[in-house]
Amino acid sequence: MAVLVIADLNAGALSDNTHKTVSAAKAIGGDIDILVVGKDAKPAAEAAAKIEGVRKVLLAQSDDLGHGLAEAVEAVVVPLMSGYDAVLTPATSQGKNFSPRIAAKLDVSHISDVVEVVDASTFVRPIYAGNALETVQSAEAKKVVTVRTTAFKAAGEGGSAAVEEIDAGAGAGGAKFVGEEIVKSERPELTGAKIVVSGGRAMGSAEEFQKVIEPLADRLGAAVGASRAAVDAGYAPNDYQVGQTGKVVAPELYIAIGISGAIQHLAGMKDSKVIVAINKDGDAPIFQVADYGLVADYKSAVPELMTALG
Amino acid sequence: MKVLVPVKRVIDYNVKPRVKSDETGVDLANVKMSMNPFCEIAVEEAVRLKEKGVVTEVVAVSIGPAQAQETLRTALAMGADRAILVQTDADLEPLAVAKVLKAVIDEESPNLVVMGKQAIDGDNNATGQMLSALLGWPQASFASKLEISGDKATVTREVDGGLQTIEAPLPVIVTADLRLNEPRYASLPNIMKAKKKPLDAKDIAAYGVDTAPRLKVLKVAEPPKRSGGIKVETAADLVAKLKNEAGVL
Repeated sequence: MAVLVIADLNAGALSDNTHKTVSAAKAIGGDIDILVVGKDAKPAAEAAAKIEGVRKVLLAQSDDLGHGLAEAVEAVVVPLMSGYDAVLTPATSQGKNFSPRIAAKLDVSHISDVVEVVDASTFVRPIYAGNALETVQSAEAKKVVTVRTTAFKAAGEGGSAAVEEIDAGAGAGGAKFVGEEIVKSERPELTGAKIVVSGGRAMGSAEEFQKVIEPLADRLGAAVGASRAAVDAGYAPNDYQVGQTGKVVAPELYIAIGISGAIQHLAGMKDSKVIVAINKDGDAPIFQVADYGLVADYKSAVPELMTALG
Repeated sequence: MKVLVPVKRVIDYNVKPRVKSDETGVDLANVKMSMNPFCEIAVEEAVRLKEKGVVTEVVAVSIGPAQAQETLRTALAMGADRAILVQTDADLEPLAVAKVLKAVIDEESPNLVVMGKQAIDGDNNATGQMLSALLGWPQASFASKLEISGDKATVTREVDGGLQTIEAPLPVIVTADLRLNEPRYASLPNIMKAKKKPLDAKDIAAYGVDTAPRLKVLKVAEPPKRSGGIKVETAADLVAKLKNEAGVL
């Protein structure tokens, strides 16, 4: 048994999602190799080599890979799969973009967003916005899986695997990178943050969202999230979205402000350790999952909260 | 120019799914069903391309039971020109769906496919990517903006931390993300007109594609329930509880 883990890079640096995916790979068993794809990704590969329990690190570098173009990543991974029984990728938007292509090329199922590895061929995954957990078994020769990283603990460091540079494949073919706008933020990354402060439609405008949610998040060293309703209304950018159709978070503390708690939002945050809800509607569904609820208008409650935090 | 829009009939967005007591699946008996929200966005985008004069024909296709005709009629009422139902009572996995869509595309030869990024029942987010890989057409997933000029598509994509723009020659597979557009409600006259638009139903067997399930569903269970906690009176109480009781501050 051998498992290939595809590393997740954030601004060129190895992200913690990789360590968490290695934990999922350990639950499958066998040898674990990591594939790092990117541009100027040698430092990320060297960081991956330090993850405990890794046999070796493969490094493929090109411009197309640096931009994460799905066709380019697939072209590197598919030929490698003769040597592996499973390939695991963190379920980031990048991973979701290319992983199903690998499955299609290998003519096997794609097993999306796994939250538990039962054994080498049995996986648990959420369906219906997390309202149900499906246990599926695959008898196929190769397993192609994306991993919901919030469900796994990060593998430790202390390894010293060799890094081997491999061919960067055929590139993206048809699609061509034109440009990107990546928001630079001092705040922690949403899916890995210890505290998340999220705002909902009650904010009423983008200005209000920034004025209320962001200072509180900064005071707590938290990441900023938003409900789909707030994103839909244009109060917050899409990559803030917490929920079934956005990001899934599981921080130590999740503070939901002016969020009613639609099923689709709950799906993205209900595994948080402690949930706080501030909403003026005492019957809002968010209070059914909140450990601490404050029935109050955010307009008075958030300034009071800032004062109480000192 | 022709655009193909695959649409899926799923549990209505506002209905809370209930797991069957024997843990074999989610109970869909007597539950309101609608078009998958991301598919609605895809239909809207295709219809807007037609209204802008970029495309001349919008073909909606659904793979599902006879009742999926209702979903296709919704697409027609939104502005699609004709519809194809590939009829099956089986619940197909994304790979099988991608293979059937490929067979439909081989017949229809569209210049563009616009489809939802994921269905809200299976939550796989895989079919578009698989279809692109099977066809060898460029892939533009999670689109928040789509522009067609000449034989080229420019697509802005939602990525971790922001937006990415890519360019690809047609034909291309685009999967729709939330912000691509806000779908219209079909007007009553358009709903009436949609009843007369062509809807072609074919049995799935006609496509000769192996759609047998690859995965065995061992069980479908309810997630562990989270119980509600307590209400606090003031922001100061809240901070005290978070510091002293929960220990998270």
